[in-house]
Amino acid sequence: MTIRVRYFASLREKMGRIEDTLVAEDIATVSDVWRVVSTGQPLPEQLLCAVNMEYAKAMDPVKDGDEVAFFPPVTGGME
Amino acid sequence: MTVKLCETEFSPYAEVDAYQRQTLRERAGEFGATSIFVGTMRDLNLGDKVTQMTLEYYPGMTERRLGQIVDEAQSQWNLLDVFVIHRVGAIKPNDTIVLVAVWTRHRDEAFAACRYIIEQLKHTAPFWKKETIKDGERWVEDNNSQRFQPQIVT
Repeated sequence: MTIRVRYFASLREKMGRIEDTLVAEDIATVSDVWRVVSTGQPLPEQLLCAVNMEYAKAMDPVKDGDEVAFFPPVTGGME
Repeated sequence: MTVKLCETEFSPYAEVDAYQRQTLRERAGEFGATSIFVGTMRDLNLGDKVTQMTLEYYPGMTERRLGQIVDEAQSQWNLLDVFVIHRVGAIKPNDTIVLVAVWTRHRDEAFAACRYIIEQLKHTAPFWKKETIKDGERWVEDNNSQRFQPQIVT
């Protein structure tokens, strides 16, 4: 299956690229996608993820054609 | 209900005035309360002078999330209209970053809905700030007092 993977903000800079196109068969979850694009790293706890532009969790499923995004916590604001 | 992202400076007061005159023209007489929040860029953050800020966003998801927040507010209060504008791109101190305007029949729901929308926006809408300071640039992305968990309250 093919998954478009996008990165934002400081993560985009750390990755050194804005996106990847993943073609693989052994991917079932968001966590699997991260493992492939990060060459084996576990998904950092503070990183947020989205599938098709909706917030998602690490164990949420992905399917062919999905867009998966990883990004740091949103900016928020002082209380 | 209108949500828009804006790459250039805007006057929140002129926008609210124009919106009320145009979009709400046919509802004149129905609304008794308008609550407005305006967020403005400060020139000091974390003890450093900030000369510029760049707001990055996730085209598509950011607009979608803002629309969901307005829908969530609409489902909790009886809102006649909502108008949200958020800046993206390069921003200077004293520029307006965000406008939230809510029209209702009575003030309680206007205040409550306006507060809900700005808080949800701050904590769940995908925006990331990069500040320009004397020593260079830095991301500001860890100042949510409670780490957001992706369970959206509806």
